[in-house]
Amino acid sequence: MAGPDAREVVLAARNVAKSYGAVHALKGVNFDIHRGQVTTLFGENGAGKSTLMKILSGVIQPSSGEIILDGQPVTFQNSTHARDLGISIIHQELSLAPNLSVRDNIFMGREIMGPTGVNYAEEEAQVRRLMAGLEEDIDPLTPVEDLRLGQQQIVEIARALSVDSRILIMDEPTSALSASEVEVLFKVINDLTAKGVSIVYISHHLEEALQITDHAVVLRDGTMTAWAPRDQIDLNWIVRNMVGENYDLGAPPSGYEFGKVALSVQNLVLPDPGGNPYNVVDNLSLDVRAGEVVCIYGLMGAGRTELMETLAGRLRAASGRIELEGAGISHLSIAQRIARGLALVPEDRQRDGLVQTMSVGQNLSLASIRAFTRGIFTSRRAEQKLIRDTIRDVTVKTPGGNAPIGSLSGGNQQKVVIGKIMATKPKVILLDEPSRGIDIGAKAEVFRLLAEGAKQGLAVVYTTSEVSECLSIAHRIIVMHKGRISAEFDASASKEMIMAASGEAHAA
Amino acid sequence: MSDQSHTRPAPASAPKGEGFSLLRLLLEGRAFFALIAIVLVFSLLSPNYFTLPNFLIMASQVAIYGLLAIGMLLVILNGGIDLSVGSILALCGVVAGAMMQGVEVKAMGVILYPPVWAVVVLTCALGGLVGAVNGVLVAWFRVPAFVATLGVMYVARGVALLMTNGLTYNNLSGKAELGNTGFNWLGFNRLWGIPISVIVLFTCAMIAWAMLSRSAFGRWLYASGGNERAAELSGVPVRRVKITVYTLSGVLSAIAGLVLSSQLTSAGPTAGTTYELTAIAAVVIGGAALTGGRGTVLGTMLGAFVIGFLSAGLVIVGVSSYWQTVFTGAVIVLAVLMNSIQYGKGARKA
Ligand SMILES: Nc1ncnc2c1ncn2[C@@H]1O[C@H](COP(=O)(O)OP(=O)(O)OP(=O)(O)O)[C@@H](O)[C@H]1O
Ligand SMILES: [Mg+2]
Repeated sequence: MAGPDAREVVLAARNVAKSYGAVHALKGVNFDIHRGQVTTLFGENGAGKSTLMKILSGVIQPSSGEIILDGQPVTFQNSTHARDLGISIIHQELSLAPNLSVRDNIFMGREIMGPTGVNYAEEEAQVRRLMAGLEEDIDPLTPVEDLRLGQQQIVEIARALSVDSRILIMDEPTSALSASEVEVLFKVINDLTAKGVSIVYISHHLEEALQITDHAVVLRDGTMTAWAPRDQIDLNWIVRNMVGENYDLGAPPSGYEFGKVALSVQNLVLPDPGGNPYNVVDNLSLDVRAGEVVCIYGLMGAGRTELMETLAGRLRAASGRIELEGAGISHLSIAQRIARGLALVPEDRQRDGLVQTMSVGQNLSLASIRAFTRGIFTSRRAEQKLIRDTIRDVTVKTPGGNAPIGSLSGGNQQKVVIGKIMATKPKVILLDEPSRGIDIGAKAEVFRLLAEGAKQGLAVVYTTSEVSECLSIAHRIIVMHKGRISAEFDASASKEMIMAASGEAHAA
Repeated sequence: MSDQSHTRPAPASAPKGEGFSLLRLLLEGRAFFALIAIVLVFSLLSPNYFTLPNFLIMASQVAIYGLLAIGMLLVILNGGIDLSVGSILALCGVVAGAMMQGVEVKAMGVILYPPVWAVVVLTCALGGLVGAVNGVLVAWFRVPAFVATLGVMYVARGVALLMTNGLTYNNLSGKAELGNTGFNWLGFNRLWGIPISVIVLFTCAMIAWAMLSRSAFGRWLYASGGNERAAELSGVPVRRVKITVYTLSGVLSAIAGLVLSSQLTSAGPTAGTTYELTAIAAVVIGGAALTGGRGTVLGTMLGAFVIGFLSAGLVIVGVSSYWQTVFTGAVIVLAVLMNSIQYGKGARKA
């Protein structure tokens, strides 16, 4: 394969630029999508990947430039128009109606009509087929709000698949999926490309994306910096073109002694919030010392999120004891736990992490607002300083604290959530999938930040579905399976050992 | 060949951008411009409109709606709604009226005449209490705000009717020998030529403004109205915030009730009917989003003045009250339309 064959190109962007006021998200990009192949798009947070995909799927209009479909210039009126032309997109941020069922979400706006109104039976049957194809056990009639984040992502994927489009754009479809689900998705993608469907795939999980890519494109600051077919690229090539330097997820911080036990969990039991007769956290005990970094690995549904939310105070345990620095905290509210130094970075940033109506700065300072209240009024100066410092510390790419939170790229929104919690100066920090949607540079940055905190005595507990992230800064790796701790390793464990303990070996 | 990108200068959208920002200014300051337009139009139509005495009279009428609208703003910022403000206003007015007539203590066989300051304090406390009932229903029992406050609206109105048997207290002036004169001061007196009611409104607005823009509570309110789950996980005491806003709305309704009965020198159980709708309209015209999290005190005040000055102007130029209703309705619809233009962008979903 010497280069892109013009005849194979089904959809292309020519000199596409997009500006939001003074922000130039895209500065004249050329991008080709080839028939029956997977084009992966790499780039840092805020590089313009989502913006380009939204333009190619008619969600937004370019400021200038052309879109060419099958050799002819087109202008998409809106995303429905693009969908009618055979282009569909899985959005980075979920766009499901939480109150509607899985079935209704999948067929929203394209209901199958029968002689007496909507043909629900047919819709349901199709959803069951889709779910079977994705090897998922999700009932078509469950309201989406009752699903876990990863399952919602599956629904989003199923909706895009149900359209039978020729061109399928996937903007970080796997950020909440576990390894075995990703594998299933890749099987589906291979089937699709065999049928001639063209795929665009965006992910910050580079190794994973390399498995399916046919062509790779790298975007940087709104311009395309590199293009190459599969046989010319490797991890190094991507990283070099993406950030221009090498990265390292770090090693467990060392050279100091752990302190006293900071967080102690004893025999914690949490029944299924959905009312099923099993425990999502089942008699779990865990001690984390000051300065220690613990990674919790597990498959989707292992109970990690529920454990985290119970520790933070969102869910109430049925029995068991939670202690912070030796004092029981089970009866305390979330606010009191934050005040004592225990805070959670939640998994779903849209639903639990951010207030969309507020600015970047107001989001950053929300959890620590008590700290800069003097008397009854907040101190503007103290708040501005905190916002500036946090933006710098967690490297949020934003024009300033006053920018609306919705104008940030997905990864930068994630950094705001992490920054907000770091700003409360916690003693124990819980992070549920902190690397969700952030680029390798930022990931390394976040881990460095956590490792540094640990050296100062911060106890860190984070979950992840990527084994390589467990083997970075964690002193101890805990594998959760069906609400229990199924194994415990130290930093010298191998990927295979960890995955086997999670039950992944059977799933895959 | 691997790099085909051409760095092109940004599209020539500068002039377009400027026109856009002028439009934005008009859109964001719409309540202000609407108010100016109303004053201009009616000043041209009637020589009596643009006079200081008329402005002061109109402003003291606006005070009632304005006070209710401040409370309504707090509730709407929280993502709720308070339909009971008009009824709380009436109930508090009636209770104040009853206290001015003297409170008979059966056990001791005496009639107590509380001084006016005590009447004011007790009435505000009652308003706060009824508001707190709203708050507890919404925050703890998870009754939808619309339903909870609708119920309280009926109950409060009913109690006011029961207390008075449907009649009105006409004598609120008190007697010098009983030491309870001065109730009419609120509605009639002036300080530096400005009606007391306007000063009360201004004071309440300033306090609300300071609270919303400078206190932690204000930030909590915006946050829990914008995304309750995220606010809760950030340590915002969302239930306490909720109960507090409904309580404050009740207190402000009580103050409005006192001002109104003082202005009318009578307290009746049917006072303030449908005022909750006017208050909601003022908040919406002021640019607040009914979904919560967005809105300002300044906007709400402008909204209240837009409604007040518009209806007063229509009366002065002699438009029939039926047409007044039509005009007011049209202004509200227009305001909501502009709100959705301002906030609706980007809400478009695939
Ligand atoms: N509605 C908007 N208003 C203003 N700026 C925006 C808007 N949408 C995107 N941007 C800006 O455009 C740039 C590109 O954003 P985009 O979402 O395309 O990044 P991305 O490459 O998808 O990043 P990520 O990996 O974090 O998802 C960012 O700097 C972002 O702040
Ligand atoms: Mg993106």
